Amino acid sequence: MQFEAVIGLEVHAQLTTASKIFCSCSTAFGAAPNTHVCEVCMAAPGTLPVLNKKVVDYAIKLALATNATIHPVAVFARKNYFYPDLPKGYQISQYDLPIATGGYIQIEVGSQTKRIRLVRIHMEEDAGKLIHDEHRPVSFVDFNRTGVPLLEIVSEPDIRSPEEAVAYLKKLRAILRYLEICDGNMEEGSLRCDANISIRPLGSKELGTKVELKNMNSFKHVQRALEYEIRRQTALYLDGKEIIQETRLFDVEKGVTVSMRGKEEAHDYRYFPDPDLVPLKVDDQWVEDIRQTLPELPDVKKERFMKEYGLPAYDAEIIISSRHLAEFFEACVKIFPKPKIVSNWIMTEVLRELNREGKEIHETKLTPELFTELLKLLEDNVISSTAAKKVFSEVYKTGKRPAQIVEEQGLRQESDEETLRAICQKLVKEHPKEVEKYRSGKKGVIGFFVGQVMRETKGKANPKVVNKLLTELLESE
Amino acid sequence: MGISKEEVLHVAHLARLEFSEEEVELFTTQLADILDYVAQLNELDTSKIEPTYHAVPMSNVFRKDEVKPSSPVEDVLANAPERENGFFVVPKVIK
Ligand SMILES: [Zn+2]
Repeated sequence: MQFEAVIGLEVHAQLTTASKIFCSCSTAFGAAPNTHVCEVCMAAPGTLPVLNKKVVDYAIKLALATNATIHPVAVFARKNYFYPDLPKGYQISQYDLPIATGGYIQIEVGSQTKRIRLVRIHMEEDAGKLIHDEHRPVSFVDFNRTGVPLLEIVSEPDIRSPEEAVAYLKKLRAILRYLEICDGNMEEGSLRCDANISIRPLGSKELGTKVELKNMNSFKHVQRALEYEIRRQTALYLDGKEIIQETRLFDVEKGVTVSMRGKEEAHDYRYFPDPDLVPLKVDDQWVEDIRQTLPELPDVKKERFMKEYGLPAYDAEIIISSRHLAEFFEACVKIFPKPKIVSNWIMTEVLRELNREGKEIHETKLTPELFTELLKLLEDNVISSTAAKKVFSEVYKTGKRPAQIVEEQGLRQESDEETLRAICQKLVKEHPKEVEKYRSGKKGVIGFFVGQVMRETKGKANPKVVNKLLTELLESE
Repeated sequence: MGISKEEVLHVAHLARLEFSEEEVELFTTQLADILDYVAQLNELDTSKIEPTYHAVPMSNVFRKDEVKPSSPVEDVLANAPERENGFFVVPKVIK
């Protein structure tokens, strides 16, 4: 029996405003505990929250970028529950009147474009942070994160595999980063993802019992947790056992999901409009003003890169995944107008270094000027492709000019035909037996001669030129 | 309208309140009275009336995205029954 997964994702994106959503405390990460805290975020009696306008600007940005419908009236609501990271006893969120509903995010599945529809986008405040003591039965509470603005983005259950889930998250992160409203760092928790997942026999239209997955703080964790959960639910289904509706945590060490038994009280948040906050009204003018500030978005950029530079969809998708990388690519192509060569190098050498260090291109010493100078040296046969890779890692590390590295390390390639012909002629003369073999049809012997030339020139001979010269010499007479 | 004793106990538990048997009886009757009173509104046809989003007829009260100094950490922790290294200390909770 074949099964398919039905997955919906709930993403929380921490916004990069300077101050919190309802008070003027700083949102900066990494401060000493409880130093970015005031009466408002601690819910002291008599205080009132006041909405940070920029949070609304950012929510409108994301709504526009995902083709969501922005509502003219939005209301904040209290979500009531007790937990030590929540000083007020409720979280200010949005319920029946969120800022935006609908919209979609486009992903690539194989060579197909697929739209993952959105249910809603809403604004809310983050909770504080708990640190659990390993030896004593206590937890430590830091309220610095309390009140940091979040956008919650809820997808329809349109996702059908772990790969699609990761593609969706990567595209959403790219959009958030293009808009410069969230830094998208999953490891640091500025982008968080929960998943709802159920399985059903392929072809069935009914939905199975869904399980909520939490604690996945990287793309890899999301992928692994979903893969595991599909296996687990499939096995239960095939054994005729019941799949229980519950919340499960991903255990990174063991690579499994574990039931969160104990706190399985049915959610009863008793949402109601927060009387401390007046309604939010967003008119067309506001939306238009924000629309004017939107950058070229990932999907549009991708289309343009394919059309303007003739990049394959696959290359374009990778290069536009980061706005900085896309800008780097375009700057390079302006200086060195061979897009495919530039993209090939970006997708191999450049991305290898970036991924290894977990950096973005603008955080490195590599500039479009240095990078294209290197590509030009290769193009002009001044260096071999092997030497080019060597020069590249040196440029990446040090930011030195490629030409300087070539000189310092003696990597210049010998391409001069006169010089190389003399060497080839000498070698042909010295090895009559091999020449004989070649002429009797064993063309592979040319490899022997190329090797000899390389030895003679300490590897600096341009293999293309050498091959051409040797063929000429061996074929003549 | 009315409200059951179970519902009253459920709401009390959600609010982490504990009541004696007599109190539960009393509140069940009182809450039922309140709900019945408010239920009179259901007699009106409100289908063409815009909802009242807020008791004060105002909208769009904002602040600028500007950071101002937070409270001194001593004040923040002043009422903490237990503290350690700038943290509040609470009984261990695992979500
Ligand atoms: Zn504050």
